[in-house]
Amino acid sequence: MTSTTGQPAAASAAVRAAEPRSRFRDLLAAEWIKLWSLRSSSWAFAAGALVILAINLSAAVADYNNWPTYSQGIRALFVPIWAMRDAFTTGAGMVLILATGSIGALTVVGEYSTGQIRTTFAAVPARRSVVAAKMSVVTAVMLVYGAVVAGVSFGLTQAVLSGRDIGLSPGYPGALRAVAASALLAPVCALIGMGLGAVIRHTATTIVAFTGVLLLLPFLLSDRHRWSSAVLHALPRSAWERLVQMGDPFASSPCPATVSGSWIVYAAWPLAAAVVAVVAVRRRDL
Amino acid sequence: MIEVNELTKRYGKTTAVNGLSFIVRPGHVTGFLGPNGAGKSTTLRMLLGLTEPTSGTATIGGRPFRDHPRGLRQAGALLDAHDVHGGRSAAAYLSALARGNGIGRRRVTEVLEEVGLAAAARRRIGGFSLGMKQRLGIAAALLGDPPVLLFDEPVNGLDPEGVRWARGLFRRLAAEGRTVFVSSHLMSEMQNTAEHLIVVGRGELIADESVTEFAARGTRRSVAVRTPGALALAAVLEAEGARVERDGARAEEVLTVSGLSAARIGELAFQHRIVLHELAGRTSSLEEAFMELTADSVEYRAGGSR
Repeated sequence: MTSTTGQPAAASAAVRAAEPRSRFRDLLAAEWIKLWSLRSSSWAFAAGALVILAINLSAAVADYNNWPTYSQGIRALFVPIWAMRDAFTTGAGMVLILATGSIGALTVVGEYSTGQIRTTFAAVPARRSVVAAKMSVVTAVMLVYGAVVAGVSFGLTQAVLSGRDIGLSPGYPGALRAVAASALLAPVCALIGMGLGAVIRHTATTIVAFTGVLLLLPFLLSDRHRWSSAVLHALPRSAWERLVQMGDPFASSPCPATVSGSWIVYAAWPLAAAVVAVVAVRRRDL
Repeated sequence: MIEVNELTKRYGKTTAVNGLSFIVRPGHVTGFLGPNGAGKSTTLRMLLGLTEPTSGTATIGGRPFRDHPRGLRQAGALLDAHDVHGGRSAAAYLSALARGNGIGRRRVTEVLEEVGLAAAARRRIGGFSLGMKQRLGIAAALLGDPPVLLFDEPVNGLDPEGVRWARGLFRRLAAEGRTVFVSSHLMSEMQNTAEHLIVVGRGELIADESVTEFAARGTRRSVAVRTPGALALAAVLEAEGARVERDGARAEEVLTVSGLSAARIGELAFQHRIVLHELAGRTSSLEEAFMELTADSVEYRAGGSR
């Protein structure tokens, strides 16, 4: 209605005053209940953590056992480069990316694929607030999860290596950065998964898209050509690899991955994902 | 109160709802009737702000639903009982909904008891029967103790006891002064529940009247007469002011007569020495009135092109 008289507007303002705003804290609590009331969430978190720790520990144990056979060249490089690689192996990083991204994506896609989203938005019509609450809860949970997994992985692997006096202490230059980057990888990937989920809205397609961009694309890009290396180093997986590397293994690339650039990648992806998710749910018909 | 004003929804070339206007008032159950594909669900989704209308407005309590910060306290809705994540327990599902609207935990227990699911509260919804899911959906609609309630085909899948319970519940909610809007594609479902009817077909309003008025359409009586002297009898009956429809082209025809009682037709036939083979009174039901009214607007029909 375009022609509104003063009266209905006043009445509507009165209703507005009488109706308390949906408190964001309530929405956070609701999303918290939703996340943990799915048994699959706890299982996925636990299974992911176990696999990651198993991969990294086995790498550390292998180095511990093989140490007597290593050449001088390897021994010279071992602290800190190889020691740090045991704390955060590429395999474990990929498992972390896949696990956290899938869990994040499922918190959104699970609502669409089941139709739950209609019930959710009929209960709280402020769609953007709901999405913001969901992202906040997932981010907080993932931050704790990432910190625990990264911290324990670093502690355990270095404890194993210290038996040969080749372990790193948390105070070693760059060690804290690697732990932080691995911890942050969890919320970064979860938010990217949520953004993709909000746009795609189908479970299988979302997981395939996520796997394609986050895990497969890095294999297809070379860092020897200018453009492909620029794209490669703008991907979250490369950023994580750069941040956990000791030394500068990509220095020869025409468009090298830098530490500061990698932190920007870490910030830009989840931010973009959050904006996309909020915009995608706002006006779409359900 | 629910107000729908010139509501239209188009999906590409398909028009799901076309210039629909009606008001649903509190205090009694209002039935929302129409054949499958008439646009009932689309209308309800637009009322709840889930679907954006192409044009027109739909308001609940005088405001578009999306302007209400806490939806459950304004309108409770059961749109599709399957719109739940099967991995959660009934209690967890309702707790999350309640918490998001600032409703306490005690209310969750209350509504679960109200719909008879207290014993299944800890079970996963995925294992529920359709009837149980309908009850759960009704429980969710009741959570916020809202002044407006919308139910889309709520008794599908309920057993006879459940259907009776649901009807009683709808009437009670309306008697408490709430606006209760219940959609169905079956007239019989509304017969004992609703006081007012909004009937739609192909997205357009067909009727907006009380059940009593609607039923009056259905009490048009007629008498079927089978006689070899159809031509002669038809002339006699028409002379008496009856309306006669002829059915069949053979000597022995069936006449459908309205405006005269079966007894009077029998007397007239006797006076004019016309042999009758059959004489049967017919009363059409509310269901037939509904079928007749929506006959032109049925979207999907079995057997042949429309």
